[in-house]
Amino acid sequence: MADKVLMKGNEAIAEAAIKAGCRHYFGYPITPQTEIAAYMAKRMPKIGGVFLQAESEVSAINMVYGVAGTGMRVMTSSSSPGISLKQEGISYIAGADLPALIVNIQRGGPGLGGIQPSQSDYFQSTKGGGHGDYRLIVLTPDSVQEMADLTMLAFELSEKYRVPAMLLADGTMGQMMEPVEIREANYTPTEKDWTVTGTQMKRKHNVVNSLYLSPEELEKTNFERFERYKQIEENEARYESFMMEDAEYCVVAFGIASRVSKNAVIAAREMGIKVGMIRPITIWPFPVKPLAEAADKVKSFLSVELSMGQMIEDVKLATECKKPVYLCNRVGGMIPTPEQVLESIKKMAGGER
Amino acid sequence: MKRITIFSGHYGSGKTNVAINYAVDLGKEGRKVSIADLDIVNPYFRTKDSEEMFEKNGIELISLPFANTSVDLPSMPSAAYGLFSRRDRNVIIDLGGDDRGAFALGRFRPMLLEENDYEMVFTVNFYRPLTTTVDEAIEVFNEIEYASKLKFTKIVNNSNLGRETKAEDVARTVALAKELAEKTNTEFWFTSVDESVYDELSGLLPEESLFKLKLQKKIF
Repeated sequence: MADKVLMKGNEAIAEAAIKAGCRHYFGYPITPQTEIAAYMAKRMPKIGGVFLQAESEVSAINMVYGVAGTGMRVMTSSSSPGISLKQEGISYIAGADLPALIVNIQRGGPGLGGIQPSQSDYFQSTKGGGHGDYRLIVLTPDSVQEMADLTMLAFELSEKYRVPAMLLADGTMGQMMEPVEIREANYTPTEKDWTVTGTQMKRKHNVVNSLYLSPEELEKTNFERFERYKQIEENEARYESFMMEDAEYCVVAFGIASRVSKNAVIAAREMGIKVGMIRPITIWPFPVKPLAEAADKVKSFLSVELSMGQMIEDVKLATECKKPVYLCNRVGGMIPTPEQVLESIKKMAGGER
Repeated sequence: MKRITIFSGHYGSGKTNVAINYAVDLGKEGRKVSIADLDIVNPYFRTKDSEEMFEKNGIELISLPFANTSVDLPSMPSAAYGLFSRRDRNVIIDLGGDDRGAFALGRFRPMLLEENDYEMVFTVNFYRPLTTTVDEAIEVFNEIEYASKLKFTKIVNNSNLGRETKAEDVARTVALAKELAEKTNTEFWFTSVDESVYDELSGLLPEESLFKLKLQKKIF
């Protein structure tokens, strides 16, 4: 047999999580991510893991909080409305400095929205979502292979920095089937000095908590946490640069939007327009450096999104508004076509908005 | 041949694609053909996506009332009952994946058994996770039989790696499909293969029963 298997994006996430050593999955079904739960339900009992369908998203995220406190790899998954329900728990996990993976296979919103793909949870994922000063490490795959690879990376980064990680994809990425190779993660759990796994009367007990009634102490935990965030911003921003060497225009897109945009960039190049693309692979930390550098070289930027324009704000911040940033978008479950992106590139190159 | 052919199998094994192509072939033979989409599991990638093609080929499509409306509501089309009384037609039934999908067949079981003129086909792609070996495939096979309370009669080998499929990838799965048929006391029917690798595969396996697939439209 070939080394590859034909997988849905959702299945690739589930299998990669298992390979990465995750033995605890808590979830609640919602389209278009239900295959993750279905796959876990089949696989977990066979490998001594736990699959638990909770009575709600709120329960599921609090079960994640519980397991995370023991230092074991744990995850949950949902789609947009379900992720909104999880926000309280996510804030608690962030406030208790625990590693965990939350997967969001986005659908159109706000509210119940629809079941077709969207990227309109960008703000929610990168700017808070829950209450308090906190960040999630947010990874955005653009292929079924990356669904698997970034799931593994999410577990590693989350554990390394004790920051919850989010894998942010959309309904198309979750449902599409592509050949994929799930690598071995070679994960061995390490001893951690903060877990609540029983003292055996040999050490002082650890506390996992997000409650600090003394403002001085709460301020201190916030400052310390942000020191770690600074390290993450310095070391973990990831992106792909495509045809940027001589580019005069720069498309910025992630996930499904970057797949569409890549075709448009190639088509524009064939027409003689010097355009390239920067694809953020992490949207927090946002790849500020390559965009800041591009701002000194290109004439303008085009942010391609399945939202009313959310990432565009980070593009403007990263480039310090040195050059115009335009928006090309579809929403509500619609996806921009390569033709639409090409039209926007042509307009941008022609100098009109 | 039997009047009714039911395509079942593991989630994502390619049931819909094989069913659509098989229906079109039967239609081209001049038969009266109905294809019924009874997938109550997944709201995407439906038989209904090929509606225009069916119309062009004179094939009747019976699909769920909410198919392709983004209303994620599994419900049975009332017209499905007609499939069992209008016995002048050939009927293709496209079920949802796994045991969950096969539950949809439950209410039609008495009619199927009474007429006793059907094939129940297990479609397998050995490149899909959870059916990468004969033993794994048998597990899914048994789960579906248990849920549908019907016995499979035939095996269709639809092994592929999507757009990266090479003829030799398919060729090496034929033995697995035959082993599956032997171990489950069913008949190995054919290996279905995308038209892009069909000729090369016929060269590799001149004796084998192959079925040419024209894929549904892909957007990305």
